[in-house]
Amino acid sequence: MAAPMLRWCCPGRRFAFAWVGCGSCHRRGPPTGSTSNGKRGQSSVAQQPHFTAQKPREGEHEWAAVVGLEIHAQIASNSKLFSGSQVHFAAPPNSLVSFFDASLPGTLPVLNRRCVEAAVMTGLALDCHINRKSLFDRKHYFYADLPAGYQITQQRLPIAVNGSLAYSVCVGRKPSRMVTRTVRVKQIQLEQDSGKSLHDDLRSQTLIDLNRAGIGLLELVLEPDMSCGEEAATAVRELQLILQALGTSQANMAEGQLRVDANISVHRPGEPLGVRTEVKNLNSARFLAKAIDYEIQRQINELENGGEILNETRSFDNRLGCTVPMRDKEGRQDYRFMPEPNLPPLLLYDSGSLPSGADPQQVINVDQLRERLPELPRVTRERLVRQYGMLPEHSCALLNEVGLLEFFQNVIKETRAEPKKVTSWVLNTFLGFLKQRNLAVSESPVTPSALAELLDLLDRKAISSSAAKQVFEELWRNDGKTPAQIVAEKKLELLQDPEALEQLCRSTLEAHPHVVMDLKRGNARAINKLIGLVRKATLGRADPTAIKEVLERQLSS
Amino acid sequence: MVKQWKQCQTLFFGGSKITADADCSHEIKRRLLLGRKVSVALKQGRVTPTELCQRCLSLIKKTKFLNAYITVSEEVALKQAEESEKRYKKGHSLGDLDGIPVAVKDNFSTSGIETTCASNMLKGDHIKRVLLRYLASLLRLRSGSTDGIFGPVKNPWSYSKQYREKRKQNFHSENEDSNWLITGGSSGGSAAAVSAFTCFAALGSDTGGSTRNPAAHCGVVGLKPSYGLVSRHGLIPLVNSMDVPGILTRCVDDAATVLGILAGHDPKDSTTIQDPVKPFTLPSLTDVSKLCIGIPKEYLTPELSSEVQSLWSKAANLFESEGAKVIEVSLPHTSYSIVCYHVLCTSEVASNMARFDGLEYGHRCDSDVSTEAMYAATRREGFNDVVRGRILSGNFFLLKENYENYFVKAQKVRRLIANDFVNVFNSGVDVLLTPTTLSEAVPYAEFIKEDNRTRSAQDDIFTQAVNMAGLPAVSVPMALSSQGLPVGLQFIGRAFCDQQLLTVAKWFEKQVQFPVIQLQELMDDCSSVFENEKLASVSVK
Repeated sequence: MAAPMLRWCCPGRRFAFAWVGCGSCHRRGPPTGSTSNGKRGQSSVAQQPHFTAQKPREGEHEWAAVVGLEIHAQIASNSKLFSGSQVHFAAPPNSLVSFFDASLPGTLPVLNRRCVEAAVMTGLALDCHINRKSLFDRKHYFYADLPAGYQITQQRLPIAVNGSLAYSVCVGRKPSRMVTRTVRVKQIQLEQDSGKSLHDDLRSQTLIDLNRAGIGLLELVLEPDMSCGEEAATAVRELQLILQALGTSQANMAEGQLRVDANISVHRPGEPLGVRTEVKNLNSARFLAKAIDYEIQRQINELENGGEILNETRSFDNRLGCTVPMRDKEGRQDYRFMPEPNLPPLLLYDSGSLPSGADPQQVINVDQLRERLPELPRVTRERLVRQYGMLPEHSCALLNEVGLLEFFQNVIKETRAEPKKVTSWVLNTFLGFLKQRNLAVSESPVTPSALAELLDLLDRKAISSSAAKQVFEELWRNDGKTPAQIVAEKKLELLQDPEALEQLCRSTLEAHPHVVMDLKRGNARAINKLIGLVRKATLGRADPTAIKEVLERQLSS
Repeated sequence: MVKQWKQCQTLFFGGSKITADADCSHEIKRRLLLGRKVSVALKQGRVTPTELCQRCLSLIKKTKFLNAYITVSEEVALKQAEESEKRYKKGHSLGDLDGIPVAVKDNFSTSGIETTCASNMLKGDHIKRVLLRYLASLLRLRSGSTDGIFGPVKNPWSYSKQYREKRKQNFHSENEDSNWLITGGSSGGSAAAVSAFTCFAALGSDTGGSTRNPAAHCGVVGLKPSYGLVSRHGLIPLVNSMDVPGILTRCVDDAATVLGILAGHDPKDSTTIQDPVKPFTLPSLTDVSKLCIGIPKEYLTPELSSEVQSLWSKAANLFESEGAKVIEVSLPHTSYSIVCYHVLCTSEVASNMARFDGLEYGHRCDSDVSTEAMYAATRREGFNDVVRGRILSGNFFLLKENYENYFVKAQKVRRLIANDFVNVFNSGVDVLLTPTTLSEAVPYAEFIKEDNRTRSAQDDIFTQAVNMAGLPAVSVPMALSSQGLPVGLQFIGRAFCDQQLLTVAKWFEKQVQFPVIQLQELMDDCSSVFENEKLASVSVK
């Protein structure tokens, strides 16, 4: 059997994501608005892993690249950060806009509890220090989709600082050589999203949609601890899994719920860091990796050719596969930060500092949120390895597809089959079928119970593995039949009657005397031919070992 | 008191407010149902809300030359009066202010009525909003601010019998009409409206003295409540950290009644106090011997007119003669208040005005070359020189290289000014007594000789530090000057001790017996309502 498909890479490209958290969220086809968010439509050709942190290019030893990330994750909340407007993706333009969102004078911000909790939970999950007091600031700039002329953010004192994000990459060619790397999380801050500008160049108009204006964002600043596109993409993928596990963000890059800007510079080892550029518009993990690697190489080429790197903002053109300087809409401007006067400092408490008699609606207890944290992806993977004895890469694969882990666990719950068997079936057969048909786990016609029943039949040797594959295909057609019904209808059950098997074996021996002669002359492999003939006679319903046993007994008697 | 000061500090410098997810638009309508005292005449049926409303409307027409009103929502007012009348008949009045005509300064956003802020920027823009939810059933009229496209408001006292008689003695052949007096700003319209009896109470706003200053000039009571006691939701901001809705009435009891309805937590304003505020009745003080009145020595400035100064001493003596302890106190950082205010005010103005880009609402220029060009032209056309000057200096102070030296420094000075008050109140002083303005109202012709910045610096000299500290203060008219014009004195109280402050103000008001304005228009009206002095105010005396 082939190794489970664990790495996704793009055809025709010598690039593979690292093993853990290695999926890219590249998604073909139009976004359907469904909540699925994995790697649907992704080519999943198994390939020998290779890690490209150290670029196998010429002159590679002369340059070191430094990559930091600024990630904006849209908070999954019912209403916006400071107003009661609803939050929905793809609602009719300007249908989710309150007076505050449109910045009508006289309106005031009111902080949404859910957004604060999401920030605290994310901070806790990333081992951050949660600031018991944080402040809001206004960041000023004029842009058409920023109605107030400023964004409320947390510049001076953010809600969480000094965390870390661990992710695993695979080094060398051996799948089992996995290395955990850590990127420091500088800070997490709460801030408002802006609206959207739609430029109609034909009519030279800009249309503004304020539905997004004021939605809560978590800005996560990852320190420049990464050195290539792959590391960055892997770290982002891990963060995405964490946010999804916490439920603090849907973190779907295609829907803009997770936006990543990369700060990139190159320098000679031992020398000070180089001038950095910022690359924006990275709307998938694949493009993120591609853009970073492109930008690193561009900077190296530029410097080697005697040029210099400008501190500029560049945008990734995913059609051309290169970064281009942005028509600098913001420029290097002074944001004229000032404290937001309408929001008193945000105070958080823990069980020790909780003021007595405080209105529970008005206070947020960090300890309570810590207790409510769900199992994080890293822990889940470790548990899977421990509990089911599966390979680390299998645990990754289960987590990387939305809903796959739950599917797996539901099958395990209902079947007597070995976890290894279940893992193999879920990751190969089941996932293979999904990939071929470009479906999400939630869209699968085969339920966990049906697969569990099928694996039970296999486990008690009622059917052979090849028959099981056949049953699975039938199940996929979704005629509402159970595996048992399919087995009965198609007469796929293994021959259970020993007398019938004896009979079949005897008649096969009689019908093929020359093969028997061959065997008796010392050609031991001739027995396989006989086994095959018997199997054919049983229509594949007999276990080869059982056939061999009977044949050997009959031949020796 | 310590607790209250802490609460006040919390509002400026600490304390978070949060709301449940999807619960931000929650409306509490309780304020409309509150109200303890009832206007006796209304209750007894001696006058009906409709009559009251019609009289006010007729007076507004008669005093149109004052320019106090921008929008008079006559139909809405009469309809609401009718509804109020029905409620009274059924005995289900909404409270003390049900059926009482009230004016609202034009920088409050109101449901279904145009808000212009007396500025080009918002003119002609029909924003229909349900923002000013308090007083919703009482809204009648709106008054204008001094500056702006609607022209200045004229002080009703310019036309009073008291002033005219004095003027005739001094200047015999002067053209009366060209020599009208200013009301002071910026809630001058509200003050004039109350002073001219065209409404019973008016809402103003007070950022550096804008309610107290015109109140003093117009001979009415002007209350600036503690910061955080009254919601700013719907109030178009000037300086968020100092703005407070102000209350203008003809007597202290009325101010207390209106405050009782407005005060308390508003889920839509995170800077309002958390604790519920119960409506209150002011007790009538008979004994002031337990009071300690502070007289801040820094308020005795060379610019103070001798007449105001002598009235101030007279007031201090009055307290002392009635047994109160009157002591001189020091607020050493007072002199830095004006410059500190300038930095903080312009910075916030620059920030708050950034939203007027002509995209979502308000004036938009015709240029469509680019978004940037549109912004520039829109803002150039929409803002006058004064506002543009503030925006430019504010942005200068907020620049990265200037922030520490200006904005942060100003905030530190603000803290020192606030601490001055804390120290004085901690030393046992209950209430501070100061002048409200340097002098009585001056003629417009004289007033416009100074530039706006100098003017506002002078206007706010006694009032502004209070806004820096977030304290409650009230201007109470004391007496007429030798020119026959009102002079008001200011009482400053401890943070969130608005009730105590008003109690002292009420006692003072009773002692000084400030005369009623004698306006020809009012005399002509022969209104039984206004002849009966008791009915000139909302409250039962």
